[in-house]
Amino acid sequence: MENWSLISLCVLLGLTSRWTVSFHSYSGAGKPPMFGDYEAQRHWQEVTYNLPVHEWYFNTTNNDLNYWGLDYPPLTAYHSLVCAYVAKLLNPEWVELHASRGYESHSHKLFMRATVLFTDILIYIPAVLLYCFYFCDGSSKQKVAAAFCILLYPGLILIDYGHFQYNSVSLGLALWGTLGLGLGWDLFGCLAFTLALNYKQMELYHSLPFFCYLLGKCIKQGLTGRGFFHLVKISMTVLVTFALCWMPFLSDPKQPLQVLHRLFPVGRGLFEDKVANTWCSLNVLIKIKTLLSRETQLFLSFALTLLFVLPSSLKLLSKPTLWQFKLALVNTSLAFFLFSFQVHEKSILLVAFMLPLLLKDGLLLPYVVTSLAFLFLSLYLLSALERSTEEELRLGLYCKLTQRWLPKLNLSRIIKWKFWFSLVAMAALSFTSMWLKPPAKLPDLFPVLVSVLSFLHFLGFIIYFNQVQLMEPQRKKSLKKTN
Amino acid sequence: TVMAAPMTNDQSCFFAQALGVSFLKCLLINAYHSTDFEVHRNWLALTHSLPVPQWYYEAMSEWTLDYPPLFAWFEYGLSHIAWFFDKEMLVVQNLNYASPATILFQRLSVIVADVVFFYAVKECCKCLREDKGKDLLGKPSFILTVLLLWNFGLLIVDHIHFQYNGFLFGVLLLSIARHFQNRHFEGALLFSVLFNLKHIYLYIAPAYGIYLLRCFCFTQSNAEVSGFSVVRLVTLGTIVLSTFAVSFGPFIGQLPQVLSRLFPFKRGLCHAYWAPNIWALYNIADKAFSILGVKFKLLDINKLPKASMTGGLVQEFQHSVLPSVSPLATLVCTLLSILPALFRIWHRPNGARGFLCCLVICALGSFMFGWHVHEKAILMAILPLSLLAVESREEARIFLILSITGHYSLFPLLFTTQELPIKIFLMLLFTIFSLISLKTLFRKGGALLNPLEATYLLGLIPLELICEFVYPLTVWQKTFPFLPLMLTSVYCALGVTYAFIRLYISLLTCSDSTKKIKTQ
Repeated sequence: MENWSLISLCVLLGLTSRWTVSFHSYSGAGKPPMFGDYEAQRHWQEVTYNLPVHEWYFNTTNNDLNYWGLDYPPLTAYHSLVCAYVAKLLNPEWVELHASRGYESHSHKLFMRATVLFTDILIYIPAVLLYCFYFCDGSSKQKVAAAFCILLYPGLILIDYGHFQYNSVSLGLALWGTLGLGLGWDLFGCLAFTLALNYKQMELYHSLPFFCYLLGKCIKQGLTGRGFFHLVKISMTVLVTFALCWMPFLSDPKQPLQVLHRLFPVGRGLFEDKVANTWCSLNVLIKIKTLLSRETQLFLSFALTLLFVLPSSLKLLSKPTLWQFKLALVNTSLAFFLFSFQVHEKSILLVAFMLPLLLKDGLLLPYVVTSLAFLFLSLYLLSALERSTEEELRLGLYCKLTQRWLPKLNLSRIIKWKFWFSLVAMAALSFTSMWLKPPAKLPDLFPVLVSVLSFLHFLGFIIYFNQVQLMEPQRKKSLKKTN
Repeated sequence: TVMAAPMTNDQSCFFAQALGVSFLKCLLINAYHSTDFEVHRNWLALTHSLPVPQWYYEAMSEWTLDYPPLFAWFEYGLSHIAWFFDKEMLVVQNLNYASPATILFQRLSVIVADVVFFYAVKECCKCLREDKGKDLLGKPSFILTVLLLWNFGLLIVDHIHFQYNGFLFGVLLLSIARHFQNRHFEGALLFSVLFNLKHIYLYIAPAYGIYLLRCFCFTQSNAEVSGFSVVRLVTLGTIVLSTFAVSFGPFIGQLPQVLSRLFPFKRGLCHAYWAPNIWALYNIADKAFSILGVKFKLLDINKLPKASMTGGLVQEFQHSVLPSVSPLATLVCTLLSILPALFRIWHRPNGARGFLCCLVICALGSFMFGWHVHEKAILMAILPLSLLAVESREEARIFLILSITGHYSLFPLLFTTQELPIKIFLMLLFTIFSLISLKTLFRKGGALLNPLEATYLLGLIPLELICEFVYPLTVWQKTFPFLPLMLTSVYCALGVTYAFIRLYISLLTCSDSTKKIKTQ
């Protein structure tokens, strides 16, 4: 079968699964007075359409920041504005100032879901297809298989089409940025990533690798001469893009400050709810949230994040290849997730670990189906379990360590067993969260267990991926020129 | 990044397909469901709560039991499992009861019943000619698996609109597979079971009758009386009669009542949405003549009956210019349409392949000329035709035309905005796959579809855009709301008629196959 037909089949299946997930409930459905993220997005359409720009981020009589005030950068606001124009055409009641608070109807839900699908098709899906075709190894069938698995990734589908958010825009733009860098179009990559950053400040997690990669590349080209010139071009692109995005807010110095204040709420605590990061898990043993002062918490989180981010960034700086870049993306974002301040569980976009959130939204069925489908599909199409010999898993360092004391240890078999064990643990936790009632003394038992389990996994991942990145041998048997 | 080699094992590929399509069906649990959902809930309730003699008399709900007894027993079995999901759904008085547990149970029952269909598809793949040396995606068995498992019509009728066709077609395909495998007794048994599950399969009973008589009871290929095996005939008869006895046995005393429920002839010539058959063309011709007649003052507008057939209701009505059609007339037309095919396989039987071809013609003929045909019945022709499509070039192109138009004619069944993207995505999925895979399979010998056929099929795209997007925004939407449906039916009727004629030509002109069909 020809490639384009296989791709179109995969895309159609991806789109179908996305739209069928959207049949289900969204966050805060039918839960006044605050509702949820869905209402937040609708509210932003209302605010951006009816109020002038300089009032969007400020607390005024018309704009109550306590009721889902804007806390994403300007690009989200512009996107909401465009959606609001369309909404006004279809049904003005949807964006009526004040009167449309808590508006819920079947046609409105269809409209909101349609906006997500539209941006997904426009930005995210082409990026995934291009990425798989240019930067994946193997035959064209394997590339299609990879694209298919990525398109069916449950986390994004469940959050965007279930809970309701627009992560596909920011992630898609970041992916375009990666594509740009990979193809050697650094300026385009910068532009795309800066746009992603201006859409959701969460993309800061990915900004350090971009910075280190480009800086490293410029240094390699020689800081006097071509490298310097390149650096200037990159900086100009970034600055101009920022200026264009923030233009309406640059007239008055108070504006950008207020926007930044909304984007980075340091007034809130170290964490909220149950997140699978260090602080929340540590809190189970020692109550850090109450023990340490706000300043100490900030300092501690900053220090630890820096500590975990530094090795991988420095390595990338010294060796700016695409493979290092990808590894650095994983490491840096994991580090930020685990150690930084006020992290929300959605930042991780790894499915099983958002289980409590999804249960609250009434998304149990799509969660079960999409997770199982993704798991099965990845195992089947990507044969992950078959290709896990020691060499392929790059377990070299560990092997050397354990060889001395436990020569008979078959590490790859252990990894496989650990994989199945994790799956069983996840399934068991899903099951118990759904059906069993927690004991009265520990009402949050299951969400905490989910967070702690996930945290342990992430800790393992960050150590593993750091090891892979830092220990990369000098001569990698790379096949592609851009690897 | 580490990537893997593509799948090489046929078994695991089939399992992956089955699992994949089941996941998709699970995601469709929350989609729109039609009144058929309430129909089946009602049947669960009445088989569970009422004693057997009252099953065919119960009329509290308008959706009375109108399937044969074996299906009622099936519902009875299901109702015992339903009891654990939500007891309230089994109360007959709870009309239109649709709690989340009820929806979950009913949808899951369809998904689980589809296991029969999966098994049947697997058996059918074994009946295909072996084709070694091709890569997986080009193998006829792979293509057939996808064409059957991911059949668009079956997916939306069963898992959105709500019916149990997957299960029933599983039994049909299994019966066909058994005939291919020369296990004729099993095939006959399966067919009589199928007939007792849903009597619409009466349409294809003639094909079974003639084939079994000619190819099985006459043990020699030249129909000599000496070769006639009475034993086989009697065994077949016993099998069929005993199935009927088991099914209708408890209802022997109420046979007239059961039959009146099973064959409600008070309904009109055409179902509300006009199946794309001959009568759709007949109706439109009648309408056209009456309009022209009024315009040219040949007819008096006051003498014409009111335009009731173009409303959405199911009524009996009279035609204005052309003669009215009675149920007997449709029966005669149907018989006339399938007789040549039956004669053909009597005189020159082509083994199981000829039987299958005749079966499809019987299904299609009954669809074309039958009384009160529902457009879902096109699936009875499309699914068996898939088996022929992966083996013969001519049948592949007929299949493409029939399946694409047939599936498109099912669009009006899902009229909600929420399901619009689903039906478009799934239709594109199936169409792209069938076109590309069959084209690749038969690439030797030029293009599969000639330009006229390709243009006709492409014409479905503007038709969909007009009917679904443009027309609702015009002024005529209020005065002539039925127009898009009429357009759809008539356009598709052309395609279906064309496919029917071509299929007939293919049957009547094919030479006897000298190669033996793969037998077990």
